Amino acid sequence: MAMTTETAVLETGKRTLLATAMAGQAGPVSLLLLALVVIWYAGAVWMNAPWAIDRFEKQKIDWSAGDLLRATMVQKRPILPAPHQVLVEMNKTILQKKITSKRSLIYHSWVTLSSTLLGFAIGGILGILLAVGIVHNRTLEKSLMPWVISSQTIPILAIAPMVIVVLGAIGLRGLVPKAIISTYLCFFPVTIGMVKGLRSPGVLEMDLMRTFNASPWQTFWMLRWPASLPFLFTSLKVAIAISLVGAIVGELPTGAQAGLGARLLAGSYYGQTIQIWSALMTAAVLAALLVVLIGVIERVVLKRMGMKR
Amino acid sequence: MTGRWDRFGLAALAFALLALALPLAGGENPLAWTGRPAGLAVLLAVGGVGALVAWKGVPGTAAALAVLATVFLGALMAMKLMDGGVAGNASWGFWSYIFALWALTWRGIARIAAYRSMVNERQQMANFFVPAFFGLWLLFLWQMVCLGFGVPGVLLPPPSAIFIKLIGSLDILWEDFVQTFMKAVISGYVIGCGAGFVVAILVDRVPFLKRGLLPLGNMVSALPIVGVAPIMVMWFGFDWQSKAAVVVIMTFFPMLVNTVTGLSAAGALELDLMRSYGSGYWQSLFKLRLQAAMPFIFNALKINSTLALIGAIVAEFFGTPTVGMGFRISTEVGRMNVDMVWAEIFVAALAGSTFYGVTAMMERAVTFWHPSYRTKR
Repeated sequence: MAMTTETAVLETGKRTLLATAMAGQAGPVSLLLLALVVIWYAGAVWMNAPWAIDRFEKQKIDWSAGDLLRATMVQKRPILPAPHQVLVEMNKTILQKKITSKRSLIYHSWVTLSSTLLGFAIGGILGILLAVGIVHNRTLEKSLMPWVISSQTIPILAIAPMVIVVLGAIGLRGLVPKAIISTYLCFFPVTIGMVKGLRSPGVLEMDLMRTFNASPWQTFWMLRWPASLPFLFTSLKVAIAISLVGAIVGELPTGAQAGLGARLLAGSYYGQTIQIWSALMTAAVLAALLVVLIGVIERVVLKRMGMKR
Repeated sequence: MTGRWDRFGLAALAFALLALALPLAGGENPLAWTGRPAGLAVLLAVGGVGALVAWKGVPGTAAALAVLATVFLGALMAMKLMDGGVAGNASWGFWSYIFALWALTWRGIARIAAYRSMVNERQQMANFFVPAFFGLWLLFLWQMVCLGFGVPGVLLPPPSAIFIKLIGSLDILWEDFVQTFMKAVISGYVIGCGAGFVVAILVDRVPFLKRGLLPLGNMVSALPIVGVAPIMVMWFGFDWQSKAAVVVIMTFFPMLVNTVTGLSAAGALELDLMRSYGSGYWQSLFKLRLQAAMPFIFNALKINSTLALIGAIVAEFFGTPTVGMGFRISTEVGRMNVDMVWAEIFVAALAGSTFYGVTAMMERAVTFWHPSYRTKR
């Protein structure tokens, strides 16, 4: 009897060790990421093997499984580069190159990032203004809101080349056309979120403002605006992510010289898969960083306002 | 409105009077309003309606419709004037006239936007009419600005030119539509959403996967996934299969995340009820949890309907056979055939909206029980 209790205690002790590791999100997420890397390696071997075998046979070399495995990892233009190849390339182009060099990914990232941020700023402000208009004016709401929604059924990313070329024809080049595409993508989530947020104060709060004889201006600054901030930040996270997508796609047409999108395009022209993947990875890291940045700002602002969630 | 002048009516009147005093067209062929008697008559009518509105306001829906009818007439006359020598060198008299029309439009639309009816159909009609008229007005403005300032067609063609091009090249547009939409978008959308749904059901059975995949899936939605397009083109070739592959990847994660979230939407009360009925996993899945997840699933379907089109078109920038909407857009831009590009954009927008609309209608039919469809009284 005593022994069984002891083993039971031991067992639960063991289980809690594993369980605590896997109970939260961190454990499962990192395990899945690990699995992803393993799958990636397996995929790289599987997809690059035919080419490697072909070369072995052309050179009439006897090869073992180990040789094949090694050969799939070091190709110059693999069908699927192995993760470490991408990391090496990223290390080479991010850390080893001077920032001003045309081959530095930091330089290209900055080109993309600058238009992302410009478009994000304009789109965010435009979205907020539209939302304020829609909330305060019935006619605007009725006539504009359906068009705000249907504006997004136009695949702007698809017409990005035209926007770039047309704006180029009237002398706008470089940063601004890309930023305009980002703006167009950005304003929508902000408008939708802010309309919701500005309307989030309940009847009770609105009535209180009225009993205080608050002007519409005061109601806006003291009630509607603070109440809408959580909604605003949620929208901004979505907005900055698609703003980056807009900037990247904006670089695809017209053979842009610089930027992550240009790297993608150049890579696809010359079959430089490692270059494509490293540009893609950099873009992903950039997107994650931007979203995290907004998240940090959100936490700080909401905490200072006493709205910590 | 009693005891006070209507501001928009006054504005319309003022602009109409101002228009009367200014020339219709300047530049090389100056033209006065007196040179176009029919135009003058319409201008006076607009001014008259403006005065009436300023004095009496717009008392009812019928009056609002009458005001908008005047605007419509005025817009037709503006287009006629355009053809009659104003195009390219419109002067302040003409723009003043447009401003007067604008003031009347705004007043009329505002009146109809405030329309309230207990009869559902009438309310819906009003709700449709307001944005529709507003949209037509924007198209009209676009046309006027393009023609009036003589904007070169390479920059921004007027809607009429786009329409003519659209009608003239229906066969090319149809081929592109079939290549991009019917082949790449539809197949990619079905596979991507289907795979996302199936994986979500699998994930739902394993809590471990659920905790791991949800944050990952949420993060993926922030990543620029369109970037995989060049890789897919390399893997699957130039034809529509590579575009479908991009669409699959783009639509997979929204579907996965939304379905997994939706499957945990059923309340504890309902789940307990199912258990007390002794229903198994599949029974409670089909009869309760999937039903409760439907709003989330349709949310993903709607998000994906726009994502899919974007993915397919962008993927075509990285290489295509000589057909397809993305291909056409990028080549015609190169040739400066901007009207053709706009025609293609129109088709894309139409396809996108229809796709979205059909999904929304299906949603309405399937999730009719959801509170958001209750009519507000």
